[in-house]
Amino acid sequence: MMFKLRSTILKDIRILFRDRLGLIFMFIMPIILAIVITAVQNSTFEILNTNTVPTLLCNRDTGEAGKQMEIAINKVGMFNLKQVTPNISEKEIANRMHAKDAVVAIIIPSNFTQKLKHKSEETAKKALKNFGMSIDSQHVTDNDSVQPVTVFYHPVLQESFRRSIQGALKSSLQMVQNREVLKSLYFSLNETALPDSLENELINNQLAINEIPISRDGSRNIPNATQHNIPAWTIFAMFFVVISLGSSVVREKLNGSFVRLKTLPTNYLVALISKQLTYLLVTFIQALVIFSIGIWLFPLMGLPRLNIPTDIAGVIIVTLICGWCAVSYAIMIGVFAKTQEQANGIGAVSIVLMAAVGGLLVPSFAMPSSFQYILKASPLHWCLQSYYGLFLEGGKLRDVILNIIPLLGITLLIQLITLYGLKRKNLI
Amino acid sequence: MSNAAVSINHLGFTYPGQSSSCFSNLSLTVQEGERFGLFGPNGAGKTTLMHCITGLLSYQQGSIKLLGYEIAQHKKSVNKLFGYVPQDFSFYQELSPAENLAFFGAWAGLQKNEIKNKTTELLEVLGLADVRNKRVEQFSGGMKRRVNLAIGVMHNPRVLFLDEPTVGVDVHTRHAIINYLIKLNEEGGTTLIYTSHQLAEAEELCNKVALIDDGKIIAHDTLQQLVADYKEEGLEGLFINLTGKSFRDS
Repeated sequence: MMFKLRSTILKDIRILFRDRLGLIFMFIMPIILAIVITAVQNSTFEILNTNTVPTLLCNRDTGEAGKQMEIAINKVGMFNLKQVTPNISEKEIANRMHAKDAVVAIIIPSNFTQKLKHKSEETAKKALKNFGMSIDSQHVTDNDSVQPVTVFYHPVLQESFRRSIQGALKSSLQMVQNREVLKSLYFSLNETALPDSLENELINNQLAINEIPISRDGSRNIPNATQHNIPAWTIFAMFFVVISLGSSVVREKLNGSFVRLKTLPTNYLVALISKQLTYLLVTFIQALVIFSIGIWLFPLMGLPRLNIPTDIAGVIIVTLICGWCAVSYAIMIGVFAKTQEQANGIGAVSIVLMAAVGGLLVPSFAMPSSFQYILKASPLHWCLQSYYGLFLEGGKLRDVILNIIPLLGITLLIQLITLYGLKRKNLI
Repeated sequence: MSNAAVSINHLGFTYPGQSSSCFSNLSLTVQEGERFGLFGPNGAGKTTLMHCITGLLSYQQGSIKLLGYEIAQHKKSVNKLFGYVPQDFSFYQELSPAENLAFFGAWAGLQKNEIKNKTTELLEVLGLADVRNKRVEQFSGGMKRRVNLAIGVMHNPRVLFLDEPTVGVDVHTRHAIINYLIKLNEEGGTTLIYTSHQLAEAEELCNKVALIDDGKIIAHDTLQQLVADYKEEGLEGLFINLTGKSFRDS
């Protein structure tokens, strides 16, 4: 039995290494995917965190609040501001944005200081009235509301990016407004202007936000595009063995080798075990190669380095289980497909669908609620959750066991379906 | 008295999903040591019958015994007793002849040394020794046929099934294959069960023939006896006499 299995594994390895197209699909394609997608996501990440957004700033206001607003926007740090003349028309702004001069334009309206001041005085009066302090004011109440700060966006900007910009501007606006309200309140109470030192202390003494990524091992590594993408695309690569393995099973059926094997005194299960062991080794090598690229090549390319979890045994076990599931799925496709084209088509499309549903392309928490149940049927989801438990959360094998159990369940189900298919086709 | 290599009794077989049966009540015996030829028009049931005998298809009625073993009950255990050379190239084109023989030899139950010796012998006899390490996908049709045959005889089977083993090969390869098969039968005592449309070749090889048409055995005897009975000059005349001249493509 062991001699037969050894001979079959040797045969499978020989065939595998002579299938150049299959090797490209299994190794080169996922490596390219991992590099390209990590680079793209990292670039977006850097735009949001380190790079600045080219922005046109048109300050039509001549007062203090307009200047304060400019300072506040500058302080946000995410804009690369280019001042434009106050009398520039909206059409000219649009033209400059079409010419890729900027992707955002901010217009501070002409009477911004005056209107904001009136609004602040009104707010201060209301506040004092609430405290039971009635103060006569010689100011005439202006019922006109403050004209909004207008922001133009280039259509290439994604929704999430626009929201970030909007959040930053709202924060700036709030700061300017608060300053004016505070100044009005101080003046109403003391009839003198708010001293600069006190103004700075009150306005600029904001509490800091301490961002801490949660982790099970207590590390404070900030998750980056590499840490997200490498596990995801490793899983994708493993499941893409369907192109080589699924085709190999179909080819064996079509070229008559199956017929010959059936007439020999050996059970076809030996061939199945051999294929599983051979391709399990392939998926393991895939993971090793992609992880190595993340560790050693990415930093040379200016991308963040992949941090390998402390629980190496856990990573190995999760990798083997993910690989086994991927191999089982590929064999099932091969057993049921009637042609190589069918195996390749169904295999590739189903992997992309399962990757999408499983949260590899879009985070699972961002999916519609109806998909929250469907995604649990995707083995790629459980693979990803297991890897994320180790790579992002710094967990150990026991921490991801609840992800491994469903993954093993799905794998066993796939194996049973495969055996049923082989039995139905009189192959075992 | 010789023993039956294959004994078929009242065989009934219908392909799943089909209403009409392929065989009903078919009986046939092939004795050990015979070079038996099974002939018939396209679609007559030759390959299907071979698949039933070799266990590739499960029959619904009757019995098939191979060297005394009921096929339906002892599929895997009797598989080492026979060899099968399918009509299609049933091996791995990505591998060399030596690699194919090593793999199929292991599956046939041979040990490492037996595989090594038999591979050398077969590749020599079939003229493939010089290309033993070349990939089969680079071979001509004739060379591939010889590889197909070598795999079938690798484990010294007592009964060898050959489904059109010389289709699409040149005269030299045909002669080499037929001569090798005769030698295998005469020296090793291997029973040959052979189908082909090459009737002249069949006359050279077979000492017993059966004609099958529409799932029934319509003639079964030595070639000389059948030719004499039907007053024909050879197998081709006998074939047309018994099966008619119309096309049988369905």
